[in-house]
Amino acid sequence: MTLRDILNKLLRRQEASANTARERLQLVLAHDRTDLSPDLLDQMRREILEVVAKYVEIDIEEGAVSLETEDRMTALVANLPIRRDPSGAIKTKELTTIDSSEEQTQTNN
Amino acid sequence: MSTNTRTILICSGKGGVGKTTLTANLGIALAKQGVKTAVLDADFGLRNLDLLLGLENRIVYTAQEVLEESCRLDQALVKHKQEPNLALLPAGNPRMLDWLKPEDMQRIVKMLSDQFEYVLIDCPAGVEDGFKNAVSASKEAIVVTNPEVSAVRDADRVIGLLNTHSINPVQLVLNRVRPNMIANQEMLSVDDVTDILALPLLGLVLEDEQVIVSTNRGEPLTLSGSKSPAARCYSNIASRLKGEDIPLIDPSKEGSRIRDKFKRLMQTKIF
Ligand SMILES: Nc1ncnc2c1ncn2[C@@H]1O[C@H](COP(=O)(O)OP(=O)(O)O)[C@@H](O)[C@H]1O
Ligand SMILES: [Mg+2]
Repeated sequence: MTLRDILNKLLRRQEASANTARERLQLVLAHDRTDLSPDLLDQMRREILEVVAKYVEIDIEEGAVSLETEDRMTALVANLPIRRDPSGAIKTKELTTIDSSEEQTQTNN
Repeated sequence: MSTNTRTILICSGKGGVGKTTLTANLGIALAKQGVKTAVLDADFGLRNLDLLLGLENRIVYTAQEVLEESCRLDQALVKHKQEPNLALLPAGNPRMLDWLKPEDMQRIVKMLSDQFEYVLIDCPAGVEDGFKNAVSASKEAIVVTNPEVSAVRDADRVIGLLNTHSINPVQLVLNRVRPNMIANQEMLSVDDVTDILALPLLGLVLEDEQVIVSTNRGEPLTLSGSKSPAARCYSNIASRLKGEDIPLIDPSKEGSRIRDKFKRLMQTKIF
């Protein structure tokens, strides 16, 4: 935040265009660099949410998965709000499917 | 000389950002500093390097005849009269694009490497065949860009491709920098661009009307020893390329009037 930014806010002027340029570039480059189409990204988002929802109760509507980039490194960032019960504890789920698969790998060994 | 020769691709992705102007000015500046330098016009579709160097009337043969073996390399090379350390290998007919292969480009650059210490390759815009041919013959690259969203985005694309071709080092030149607009936060700053592209900055070139005047005359700014802002920038870039430690020009210090000082205060980060 610079003095100019504050002045612009006070005067309700438009944000300086250099900031807008920087933000738009960061977003568009994160996508350019991965070659992931929006469709694929959306499918991945849904599948990630499904996996996480098996373990904890999450807010499917609020969940967001996005690409962020810094120093030519692109990261997949998932923001998945976890529901809490009235006492404030995280709502977990019965992990029945996982247990059985673990048993299976053990018998295989 | 061959193995030590530095073959440097000057590329950008986007057209019109200043590749040819940089190639001409760097070529002259290096030659002035005593380095035997060849500039190769690899922009066969839209050749211009001859014009910027003022050598357009002295072309007899081109890279095309050299490749077809209808002339020798030294017959095609156009030596600069005032700076004899510099020679241009002109681009051939645009129809060369139909048959030119990476191996052809490598052959030409190999021949130049036997005679010169630096080979600067003026790359065409785009990321298609012309670019790929030129990359295949280069060891290093300079990516030229402007502080504008489209130019930076295209530069990023090119940097990705250079990395897959193991070009090293890849350095950045930021051209057409306007200190006033940066001070008003209406232009991406030098740090913005280097952060986003994550490349070492070889130098910046200020926006300068004299660039146009010099191209009108076919005399690159570095030829006359001009003191204009862009001329200083180009000479600094040539020295840095040779490994000299020359400090970067700070665009925010280009102007000392009260108005400029006030603008600088306005862009100081306070949190
Ligand atoms: N630093 C600069 N200041 C002002 N004009 C410039 C500067 N650099 C390049 N130009 C102008 O921009 C135009 C494109 O430059 P050019 O070198 O031909 O780009 P490219 O080879 O990348 O297509 C030319 O008209 C040139 O005079
Ligand atoms: Mg050009």
